Amino acid sequence: MPETTEPDPVETERLQRLKEAAFRIRTNALVQAEVQGQGYIGQALDIADVLAVLYADQLNLRPEDPEWEGRDRCLLSIGHYAIALYAALAEARFFPLEELQTYATDDSRLPMSAMASYTPGVEISGGSLGHGLTIANGVALGLKRKSNPAFVYNILSDGELNEGSTWEAAAVAAHHRLDNLIAIVDFNDQQADGKSSQMLGMDPVEAKFESFGWIARRVDGNDITAVLTALEELRSLEAGRPRCLIADTKLGKGVDFLEDREKLHFMSVAPEEWTMAHDRLKETSQS
Amino acid sequence: MNTTPDTLAPQKRLTSDAMSASLAREGQRVTAAPLGHALVELARRDERVVGLSADLAKYTDLHILRDAMPDRFYQVGMAEQALLGMAAGLAMEGFVPFASTYSVFATRRAYDFLCLDIAEADLNVNMVCALPGLTTGYGPSHQATEDVAILRGMPNLTIVDPCDAVDIEQAVPQLAAHDGPTYTRILRGKVPRVLDEYDYTFELGKAKMIRDGAEVLLISTGLMTERALEAARELEADKVDVAVLHVPTLKPLDEDTILRELARDRLVLTCENHTIIGGLFDAVAHAAIRDGIFRQITPIGLPDEFLDAGALPTLNDRYGVSTAKIVEKIKDLLHPRRTERVD
Ligand SMILES: Cc1ncc(C[n+]2csc(CCOP(=O)(O)OP(=O)(O)O)c2C)c(N)n1
Ligand SMILES: [Mg+2]
Repeated sequence: MPETTEPDPVETERLQRLKEAAFRIRTNALVQAEVQGQGYIGQALDIADVLAVLYADQLNLRPEDPEWEGRDRCLLSIGHYAIALYAALAEARFFPLEELQTYATDDSRLPMSAMASYTPGVEISGGSLGHGLTIANGVALGLKRKSNPAFVYNILSDGELNEGSTWEAAAVAAHHRLDNLIAIVDFNDQQADGKSSQMLGMDPVEAKFESFGWIARRVDGNDITAVLTALEELRSLEAGRPRCLIADTKLGKGVDFLEDREKLHFMSVAPEEWTMAHDRLKETSQS
Repeated sequence: MNTTPDTLAPQKRLTSDAMSASLAREGQRVTAAPLGHALVELARRDERVVGLSADLAKYTDLHILRDAMPDRFYQVGMAEQALLGMAAGLAMEGFVPFASTYSVFATRRAYDFLCLDIAEADLNVNMVCALPGLTTGYGPSHQATEDVAILRGMPNLTIVDPCDAVDIEQAVPQLAAHDGPTYTRILRGKVPRVLDEYDYTFELGKAKMIRDGAEVLLISTGLMTERALEAARELEADKVDVAVLHVPTLKPLDEDTILRELARDRLVLTCENHTIIGGLFDAVAHAAIRDGIFRQITPIGLPDEFLDAGALPTLNDRYGVSTAKIVEKIKDLLHPRRTERVD
């Protein structure tokens, strides 16, 4: 069966498209961080591949109509990841690319912490961590009550697994059989005070979610093929259970000197390094 | 800041960052991490003292204690309810915990644990919380504009709103010595030194006259005392004589001192880094009315709104809590009085 080992040209084209989207999302994030001379750039770079799969493939959206009733709801509970979400929303054309230059400046629609009332395409206000999954439950239940077949995605951080509210919500989701809910945990092993594993060890995370009644998968969150395959599978299962993808990611991914830098919640980048960051990103993406 | 237009490189603008913003102005006298250093000093003398944080040691200055005395510090992870519950348990076993997170998370997320496990049990737990009021431009999730309003109704709890590094350093041992729960609105990072220019010491539960004045009385708390003092100096140039009464302990309120000062015939304003609902203004008005003092008191504080995200200087002006806005307000209020007198 030689054909089956041949790469499917449609799939190859799809992956290529997603890689390019991820590259542009990273570029968009660098542009925003450069405006401020800072920002949660390490996180934006680590989550870019997941966002590319979501915003360029998995999510059913109408950027020109951000509140379209049929849309998949993607709830970002990690407010400080706003820079990454704006990068993805700009890539999906929810607002013009030029607007990224206003990131975190006075009277901008793109505040440093994501807030629903400020930005088209932003579903909930983050900032206080550990809220997203509780809200996602209500949205998932509401969609079911309306017989709306859309899915709810909640992107949360490994730090948010520390919050009791996240596990209350995990129990509620399973109890109410919210199988239109997909939680994605950005497991970058980083929190404010240091490595997540040293703050409050949460592993084994898949087993925790499974014991709460969820279907859980864990993949390299910077491997686009793996993320795509997992998210597609999770969406297609008909199991009456909520689903969770744990995405192991690397802070600063795609810009080698940031990947190697001391891991910090708030990574600092020197003014002269931004151009270099763009260059390194281009080189890595082409290789 | 470089203001030359440059179409290639984006212009660096003021930031609304929550995680690294410092309040001190350039050139100002400051002390780095006064809370952390005061805690190390205290912990060396008193072995009951322990520090705890919910993934915010570095951002509440408890990292100083963590690094200097690792066996006296506990990292709880980002779990504020578990933080305050655990602090209660440690206090039950005779320890004196200082627990840190941001003000918003201690008061909003963990209120029930603070109320029942700590305050009702009247335990010696000291909550030291950063980002009080408008000290970050990050938006409502981090701006603790109503923490005092939330907490003032809680029996047993002592509430402290320090002005500067001097207040924080002097408060720390007194918080530990006070046999009951305390909540302090901590300033972190490079914290201005203001009050050592005056004949002042922090005393838990006491309001202190920092400078006397015949025409205007500013009753002020927290970092607003620094701005009140600046405003007083600016008004001095206009021959307006302004008194500043600093009230670092908001509960229990030093009503004796406040009522004594209110009895003198002066224009009275309160200044607080908090919504004008449920904070210093309410507490002062409450004490005045109960004592039969019917005097107009004008509040300077944050509006009853969820605040915008943005850079702090912009927001301080927008919401009327910058030094310039305090001066402006006092001039507006004085103007009719002065014309009356001149006529
Ligand atoms: C309820 C709550 N507690 C504390 C914080 C302060 N805080 C902001 S980010 C952060 C770290 C949380 O971990 P994670 O989201 O995994 O951080 P990252 O990977 O971005 O470093 C903390 C403690 C918060 N925003 N919300
Ligand atoms: Mg993390």
